[in-house]
Amino acid sequence: VASAVRVSRAPAQPHRCVTEQAGKKGESRCISPRGCRKASLRRRCPGARPRRGERGKLTARERILLLLDPDSFDEYDMFVEHRCSDFGMDSDKNKYPGDSVVTGRGRINGRLAYVFSQDFTVFGGSLSGAHAQKICKRNVLCSGVVPQISLIMGPCAGGAVYSPALTDFTFMVKDTSYLFITGPDVVKSVTNEDVTQEQLGGAKTHTAVSGVAHRAFENDIDALLNLREFFNYLPLSNRDPAPVCECHDPSNRLVPELETVVPIESTKAYDMLDIIYSIVDEREFFEIMPFYARNIVVGFARMNGRTVGIVGNQPKVASGCLDINSSVKGARFVRFCDAFNIPLITFVDVPGFLPGTAQEYGGIIRHGAKLLFAFAEATVPKITIITRKAYGGAYDVMSSKHLRGDANYAWPTAEVAVMGAKGAVQIIFRGKQTDAEAEYVDKFANPFPAAMRGFVDDIIQPSTTRMRICHDLDVLASKAQSNPWKKHANIPL
Amino acid sequence: MAAMALCRAAAGGKRPAGRALLALLKCEMLCSRRCLVTSRQLYSVVHDPDEKTFEKLLIANRGEIACRVIKTCKKMGIKTVAIHSDVDANAVHVKMADEAVCVGPAPTSKSYLNMDAIMEVIKKTRAQAVSLNESICCSCFIYRKQKSQSLYFFLKVHPGYGFLSENKEFARRLASEGVTFIGPDTCAIQAMGDKIESKLLAKKAKVNTIPGFDGVVKDADEAVRIAREIGYPVMIKASAGGGGKGMRIAWDDEETREGFRFSSQEAASSFGDDRLLIEKFIDNPRHIEIQVLADKHGNALWLNERECSIQRRNQKVVEEAPSTFLDPETRRAMGEQAVALAKAVKYSSAGTVEFLVDSSKNFYFLEMNTRLQVEHPVTECITGLDLVQEMIRVAKGYPLRHKQADIPISGWAVECRVYAEDPYKSFGLPSIGRLSQYQEPLHLPSVRVDSGIQQGSDISIYYDPMISKLITYGSNRAEALKRMEEALDNYVIRGVTHNISLLREVIIHPRFVQGDISTKFLPEVYPDGFKGHKLTDLERRELLATAASLYVAEQLRSQRFLGTPRIPIAKSQRNTWELSVHLEDGVYPVAVSKNGSSFSVEVDGIKLNVTSEWNLASPLLSVTIDGTQRTIQRLSRNATGNTSIQFLGTVYKLQILTKVAAELSKYMPEKAAEDTSSILRSPMPGAVVAVSVKPGDTVSEGQEICVIEAMKMQNSMIAAKTGKVKAVHCKAGDTVGEGDLLVELE
Repeated sequence: VASAVRVSRAPAQPHRCVTEQAGKKGESRCISPRGCRKASLRRRCPGARPRRGERGKLTARERILLLLDPDSFDEYDMFVEHRCSDFGMDSDKNKYPGDSVVTGRGRINGRLAYVFSQDFTVFGGSLSGAHAQKICKRNVLCSGVVPQISLIMGPCAGGAVYSPALTDFTFMVKDTSYLFITGPDVVKSVTNEDVTQEQLGGAKTHTAVSGVAHRAFENDIDALLNLREFFNYLPLSNRDPAPVCECHDPSNRLVPELETVVPIESTKAYDMLDIIYSIVDEREFFEIMPFYARNIVVGFARMNGRTVGIVGNQPKVASGCLDINSSVKGARFVRFCDAFNIPLITFVDVPGFLPGTAQEYGGIIRHGAKLLFAFAEATVPKITIITRKAYGGAYDVMSSKHLRGDANYAWPTAEVAVMGAKGAVQIIFRGKQTDAEAEYVDKFANPFPAAMRGFVDDIIQPSTTRMRICHDLDVLASKAQSNPWKKHANIPL
Repeated sequence: MAAMALCRAAAGGKRPAGRALLALLKCEMLCSRRCLVTSRQLYSVVHDPDEKTFEKLLIANRGEIACRVIKTCKKMGIKTVAIHSDVDANAVHVKMADEAVCVGPAPTSKSYLNMDAIMEVIKKTRAQAVSLNESICCSCFIYRKQKSQSLYFFLKVHPGYGFLSENKEFARRLASEGVTFIGPDTCAIQAMGDKIESKLLAKKAKVNTIPGFDGVVKDADEAVRIAREIGYPVMIKASAGGGGKGMRIAWDDEETREGFRFSSQEAASSFGDDRLLIEKFIDNPRHIEIQVLADKHGNALWLNERECSIQRRNQKVVEEAPSTFLDPETRRAMGEQAVALAKAVKYSSAGTVEFLVDSSKNFYFLEMNTRLQVEHPVTECITGLDLVQEMIRVAKGYPLRHKQADIPISGWAVECRVYAEDPYKSFGLPSIGRLSQYQEPLHLPSVRVDSGIQQGSDISIYYDPMISKLITYGSNRAEALKRMEEALDNYVIRGVTHNISLLREVIIHPRFVQGDISTKFLPEVYPDGFKGHKLTDLERRELLATAASLYVAEQLRSQRFLGTPRIPIAKSQRNTWELSVHLEDGVYPVAVSKNGSSFSVEVDGIKLNVTSEWNLASPLLSVTIDGTQRTIQRLSRNATGNTSIQFLGTVYKLQILTKVAAELSKYMPEKAAEDTSSILRSPMPGAVVAVSVKPGDTVSEGQEICVIEAMKMQNSMIAAKTGKVKAVHCKAGDTVGEGDLLVELE
């Protein structure tokens, strides 16, 4: 009962804004939701726009204003003050009602969200005891209960970075936000390494190199408006089904261009995004981590109005093979979808795992196992389409029938086998001259062997893919599958 | 199949046929499952099934013309063999044909121009044919683009060597294999292919040619005498000077003397050759051509004219039939001369005699094209003939079925060439890509689309970037043009840049509507290049109102969730929206309020009522703004309110924000624009032919850095400033996309 109450009370969407050391006191914004509260804030609110805006950023309250539906914000803890007394902090001029964070509840497109927005204009948005107490209504226990999103809109350093790191998605604003454990000065003094804030922890670093952040946006407004749109894909909690929006795109729409999207030469690349865009509702796809581990594509879309999570190998990048980074990227996404009842659609064109010492030393076995584990463990509807290559272990990992796939389809161009013809023939015939390669291709580089064994449910005409997926999702909407009781599973972290 | 098509055509022939001697039937082609493209035909499909014809035809071409030929073959019950390059294996013409054979890799010289490979296919398919006792014929329906090195040439033309010799070789090889060639016989092709010979032949056949004199002119008086003989205005230049170099126009005796003085000096000093060329100068010429059709029995017809004056870089863009300019007498005179020429060279099959027509309706022979031409559909529309069918009949040896008196001009037809190219760059630089969405406006009446592509097709750098030919037909010109406007608005092409905006601007331009056109139309009307449609105040309000309504419709939809969630969704009570719309260089406050399914939008203090079904997934959106119906296309949108809308053919970029967001957005940092002077990006997709710099080199402003070849055009890329080369990102032979970084300067 206790847990049920918690969930119903806290379908939170804590939205975090970690800010920088820049502001001076007395600059907090005066866009206040309640007239009476306005009075209490007035003494701190000169009315003029603070310097923050001049530097290309929004204030804490402006961010909330843009993120939430008009007039929907209910603020909490506006009168909380910090309890610090050292170094004259207890003097009256150093006291601010609400301290350095704005917290509360509001609506995004009518749906409930809990928000906090750190106010850099008060002590640079630094974390006081009172501040921490205000935002502590969200914590690790919420993970997997309600979706949590962090938006980094200024520098965020030290222990504070772990707060966004614990949430499900971390978005950043280009050129104005940074995330690092230790800043460039400390780096210089400890390792003598010269590095700028941007290089060390800018949006580009974290979206393309480290994989810490999931998307970066042009500016604060771009980020907040995108966040509103992103929010619409997510259920409010793990007890809610994936949201279904009104959809104008016919579910039985045929997609003729899919007939020609896979090139005739099986070594030639194509763009998996072409397939995804043409299949999903209205060509809208919210890609997660578009610049990190680009050999796998993950993101949210809708099928007949219902949110789905899409995972696809990207033949355009490194032939779409699985490596450490792409496995980890895929695994985290799959687990999020599974936690929040979002059906998974997987497009497979994978030649295998990336071979080599770099990968083996890096632990491709345990990292690859994460993706395998995530797909195997997932109990949401799982639909898989093999567009071309599905070789060896990588085939197995990509939401195959053997991992409890609900509907597994192959296009006529599919090749499902243990390995590619060339490699297989080399091993079978040990260097002997042979023309068995053609025979192998003939035998295995097609979807029939897999279909005969029931590893794929059907070989489908590519143009009918959207229709098939939509029908399957309707049928699978009531899917109920549970895993054995456990404290928690032991995913190979 | 053919019979079924006929039945359909007969049943669907709603158009009053009495007006025309030949019934103009609309026929929606029944496509087999393999053929995904449908097309409405605007020409006769009358076919006598008892008339023996070829059993099998090889179509030595690709794209829309191959499809066009296959359609007629299907109607006539002829089996078809398509040839294709490896990248074209999934092309529409390959799917439509009964058989298809790959003749080589993508470059045309290795595939569609590869004579050996094609001869091989002919032999191979004939081997099957022999056992079936079939005759095979090889059709070379190859387009001839004006003077450009068209990729459609069966035999490629290089400036150095003419295609004729090779063509003769091909014809000889065909003959030696006993294969019929659909088209005129070799000597006619040869005669008409040679500029000088064709002119002589034309003169002999009493066809008007541009009067002129080429030789040594003694003095200024003689020059004046010659000029008077020719009639003013005249053009004077040194014979040895190529092209328009040193060309002078003289309108009277005085100017002739002056022209003589300069030109003869130049001739002597620059070329060491005293000869001068004095020729009639054709002022504001129109390009009007006469379609002829001749058989092997000495019969020849003229099928009226086509007006092809709207051109860019000598390539036709908009064509129509008939011409607004010709009166019946001129038309008859031109037609009779064209037929005389055809008869003089014993021409058979369909051909085109091109004329230049000056402002006083004097016409002069330019050249004769011995091919079916791109713009043949407009002639088919107004005469009701199927030219391909007639060509096949003639090749089989049948006499023509029509008399000159049977050839009508019924109605008016306009053709627009829809290209995958960017009209904002010198009226069209090629663009490539994958057609992510493609929908032809065939749901409209009297629209014909000849295309060889479909949704998902690739427009590659290897071939002509033409997407289709869009033809509309009407009982008069105004109707045909109105339909063209609608057809262009209803044409969905996504994934490549296209020239619909230019086409639509041309056909609504007052000069075009009045028929006041010449071959210089585009550079005259758009001296600073094409910039898209210029919105009037009313049109701008319509666009703003539509965009704002779409935005609100989208916002409202994003609040509608199906099912009943555990936590109720707060219903928005909002009925009015204050928005700020950024369009071109202006920011406009727009207020939207909702009344049922329509929106009342206030722009610039004026209220507009916008109604629509608001189907946000449909590529075409029909909107009624204060009673005016508009078909718009929303090409893209994003969360930040950025929207691009195709309105009146032109794509407009708008940003729609709530008033609050717009106010706050002024605090957002300006992103530093990329310094374009120190980087060189490819302006179009193509192949790098040469790179003339390497890192460390110093280049001066205007110096050539590299050469990009696209669609057989070589474009020299020059340095925008003086500097040192920092990095070179391409090498000769590379294929580059539009916007790819080529070279960086320090």
